[in-house]
Amino acid sequence: MTVWMEEGKRYCAVLRVVSVLCTWDGVFLRTLFWLCLVKMPCCSAVRTTGFLIMQLNAFPKSLTRPLALPQVGRRPLRRLIRRLTPLLALALVLFGWQMVVLLEVYPAFIIPAPAAVLEKAVTVVGDGRLWLHASTTLAAVLSGLVVGVLAALVLGYAIAKSSLLDAVLSPLVVALQSTPVVAYAPLLIIWFGSGLTSKIVTGALIVFFPMLINTVVGIRGVPSDLRDLMRAMQATRWQTFIKLEVPAAMPVLLSGLKISATLAVIGAVVGEFVSANAGLGFLINLARSQYDTPLVIVAVLTLTVMARLLYGLASLVERRALAWQSRARRD
Amino acid sequence: MPARITVSDLAAVYQMPGGDTLPALGPVSFHIEAGSFVCILGPSGCGKSTLIRLLAGLQRPSRGQAFLNDQSIIQPSRRVGLMFQDANLMPWRTVLDNLVLPLEVAGVPKPERLAAARALLPALGLADFEGAYPGELSGGMAQRVALGRVLIQKPDALLLDEPFGALDAMTRERISLDLLEMWERQRQTVLMVTHDIHEAVLLADRVLVFSRRPGRIAADIRVSLPRPRRLEDTYGAAFGQIAGQVRAAISQA
Ligand SMILES: Nc1ncnc2c1ncn2[C@@H]1O[C@H](COP(=O)(O)OP(=O)(O)O)[C@@H](O)[C@H]1O
Ligand SMILES: [Mg+2]
Repeated sequence: MTVWMEEGKRYCAVLRVVSVLCTWDGVFLRTLFWLCLVKMPCCSAVRTTGFLIMQLNAFPKSLTRPLALPQVGRRPLRRLIRRLTPLLALALVLFGWQMVVLLEVYPAFIIPAPAAVLEKAVTVVGDGRLWLHASTTLAAVLSGLVVGVLAALVLGYAIAKSSLLDAVLSPLVVALQSTPVVAYAPLLIIWFGSGLTSKIVTGALIVFFPMLINTVVGIRGVPSDLRDLMRAMQATRWQTFIKLEVPAAMPVLLSGLKISATLAVIGAVVGEFVSANAGLGFLINLARSQYDTPLVIVAVLTLTVMARLLYGLASLVERRALAWQSRARRD
Repeated sequence: MPARITVSDLAAVYQMPGGDTLPALGPVSFHIEAGSFVCILGPSGCGKSTLIRLLAGLQRPSRGQAFLNDQSIIQPSRRVGLMFQDANLMPWRTVLDNLVLPLEVAGVPKPERLAAARALLPALGLADFEGAYPGELSGGMAQRVALGRVLIQKPDALLLDEPFGALDAMTRERISLDLLEMWERQRQTVLMVTHDIHEAVLLADRVLVFSRRPGRIAADIRVSLPRPRRLEDTYGAAFGQIAGQVRAAISQA
């Protein structure tokens, strides 16, 4: 029996850590600092830094709003409860984490205390290491995203418009897509070196396929009646493209962009895992080899923040560009 | 300048996937005088929409020819306005931006096209809706925008394919009366497909009744009621007599 309880405890602890990573939201950062500052003992340097970061309010309001939740009620009380729910969940998770540490379910080098992670974060922010690695990764992520999305848009449009290209390229695309990008990352390192280029190519490749499919679906989905309308007005090819195809496909293209934004982070990190001399993926590998678990967690959380911010940015673009959708008649 | 439409020995045959052919229309021949209002009635699937698409230059006939004035129709023309059962508005454009689309495509400068659209709004009953998106409009209002989008290019001929077919009875009566009023002022040539006998007789100078697929002209009925016509005219004996004539032609077709 006790063995089972022991296992159960460990299982719960791991689950909670995983759920922190999954339910990440902008609110999380502030909660983390708040809990660590007020509720947990730690040194004064940490307190001041944490306080400063809290004040910085690095997250715009729209990013801290839960994205997927439907608009339920307008009453302030309900809104308050909705806003507090994720906070409460996070507080529980942190509490669980702290409990796991206090009960010494695992040794500290496997599950370090929240305060230790925070302290590590302050150190690597202070000595500029985090920024060095994060900016290296971010550069790879953004370049990979841009390259992959642009390539997918161009080729996707061509495939959508030409049945010949479709017949020639589609089987190839499907075949390539079913191979995990992780599998050809080492090959890309051999071809493009262990510098930035190979990371960009890995990121671009992982972004490419979903974006390509969304582009083809988006352009094919343009209503044929609207195409007839443009034809009846004697619109030029360019006019049809810019006034009809682009805006009509925009919802699908933007949801592709949202997926791509997070995928690009995965791509860059996969590249860094295989071979690199800087970047968060490199940092994670390095820290792990030194049993510096707090640093691993700091790097992972930084990646999470990065991916979440990119996703939030893409969502923001989406909301702006598709403002007309929210004005549909509700009847 | 309203245009004449001449249809000569026109037929359409669709190629089916299995290699079969499906004769959808004709051959038909008829002539529509400049400035007259002609309605087409016929069983569904008899090729009415196909005829409209042929006249709009959106597809090529399998046989015969159609002319706008004396020019053979081989491609779409800006002198022809086209409207379908669905409003086909662009949901990302406001009412005003949807209205100006044909002028925008034709390269009319922005101030001019906005002025033209704003001048059209009151007659369409859309004065307060220029900033609304299609998703916010009722079916009737959306169809009014579509009508405005056709009228703004000042076409010489209008091809309307069951334009009010999806609207409820009250709305369609209102909007067809508005169309009648606008047409009586401008007198473009109109060819309109409808499935409503009442609407056809109220609006048209002439009603063409089509036979079952492949559609041919089964009856060509002149509506010699005086203009301008008002809704009250539909209660008169002359109206009822012509409507009865059309109904009889349809049941024989
Ligand atoms: N693009 C097409 N391909 C094949 N068959 C078609 C196509 N368009 C219409 N048809 C067929 O042609 C016939 C006439 O269609 P249509 O012109 O839409 O009739 P109506 O508008 O009078 O109802 C119908 O049997 C229809 O199924
Ligand atoms: Mg039809």
